[in-house]
Amino acid sequence: MEKHITLPLTKELARTLHAGETVYVTGTIYTSRDAGHKRMCEALARGEQLPFDPTDATIYYVGPTPAKPGQVIGSAGPTTSGRMDAYAPTMMRAGARGMIGKGARLPEVVEAMKECSGVYFGAIGGAGALLARCIKKAELIAYEDLGAEALRKLYVEEMPLVVIIDSEGRSLYEEGRAAYLASRK
Amino acid sequence: MREIEASQITEVVERLCIEANEHLPEDVKCALRDCRAREDWEIAQGVLDKIIENYEIADEQQVPICQDTGMACVFLEIGQDVHIVGGDLSEAVDEGVRRGYDKGYLRKSVVKDPVRRGNTGDNTPAMLYTEIVPGEQIKVTVGPKGFGSENMSAIRMFKPSAGLQGIKDFILETVETAGPNPCPPMVVGVGIGGTFDKAALLAKKALMRPVDSENPDPFYADLEKEMLEKINQLGIGPQGFGGKTTAIGLNIETMPTHIAGMPCAINISCHVTRHKTEMI
Repeated sequence: MEKHITLPLTKELARTLHAGETVYVTGTIYTSRDAGHKRMCEALARGEQLPFDPTDATIYYVGPTPAKPGQVIGSAGPTTSGRMDAYAPTMMRAGARGMIGKGARLPEVVEAMKECSGVYFGAIGGAGALLARCIKKAELIAYEDLGAEALRKLYVEEMPLVVIIDSEGRSLYEEGRAAYLASRK
Repeated sequence: MREIEASQITEVVERLCIEANEHLPEDVKCALRDCRAREDWEIAQGVLDKIIENYEIADEQQVPICQDTGMACVFLEIGQDVHIVGGDLSEAVDEGVRRGYDKGYLRKSVVKDPVRRGNTGDNTPAMLYTEIVPGEQIKVTVGPKGFGSENMSAIRMFKPSAGLQGIKDFILETVETAGPNPCPPMVVGVGIGGTFDKAALLAKKALMRPVDSENPDPFYADLEKEMLEKINQLGIGPQGFGGKTTAIGLNIETMPTHIAGMPCAINISCHVTRHKTEMI
């Protein structure tokens, strides 16, 4: 099943997305990885504002290569999401709803997703050149000193993603593999 | 005795860093296309199509295949009749990495200290391995290694009684644990024997071998085939979404070891397994 959606990822929209669906996403997303998440969660703990409004926001776990002259951004595929597991529930409770990455998540992240109607999207890991084509605008908004890990605001068009874990906690990693193995019996 | 300028090594390393990151080796491309032709699970076919499209874009536009342009693993096989002049060898290699990652707009992914962190800003130091071999040439291989897959690697010091079965189980267990994290379809490098450190190096060297090559020892060539087939029965599939194609290649490298041990290291790599070699 293929869908085309426009962000922000409201609770209502999130609930219409199901594990295994291919979703082409258009709209504004924010980039952050390990170091950026650590800073954002420390800021939240101190009661400070985040560099962007987290309400219904989608965060892309990516550290792009530097843009060549004339490029909007360099290669920009997802990094392993598990390293953000320590921070993801805090971000969701602050309002962020979508996550784009690759790889397994911990049960506590899935629990927070069910509680906050979060959605975990997969982008194809290693397909940084392809994914960069969907990024039409990129703007550095905070933590410039972190280099590739700085916080960026991106505008993406028709970004090809797959729902890995939906807001009910269903997982493509479990169901997709099981379905494939069942088909071999 | 042949004299080679250190600056020449710098130039070669610089070029190989850029080329390896923009152009996937033919053996890996070929393996991906073969696996796509054999894949019969729909979602897996879709993922493999995008992976192939991605390396084609990287080729055409000369951009990095993946944003994790890796730590620069540099292997130098230095002929014993070579005299390197005009500079320090390690510095010459690091300078090549520094220039390559700057000029090629590659990501700087190295931190100064494993615990206290802090980016070095130029992707140095290289992970440099030197070997003295007969002759008067230097063979330079650059293999940029991403850490999504590096993090899923493992090493175990087996008792000899664990035998071949112990190794087979360990390979499958490591791939199973890695699951969707290392961007499957993966390439699996296995190093068996030596000491703790040598086993890990053998596993890394196994990843530098073309994915369609065989271990020259028929016993290990058969084991490579058998384990690749078993891995592809796990059902993890491209990106972990399910399917036949979990790995596109598995290479084994071995060496003698101690009477009391059987070290086995497994270095996991992704579908962007990069290596590029040049002779000086």
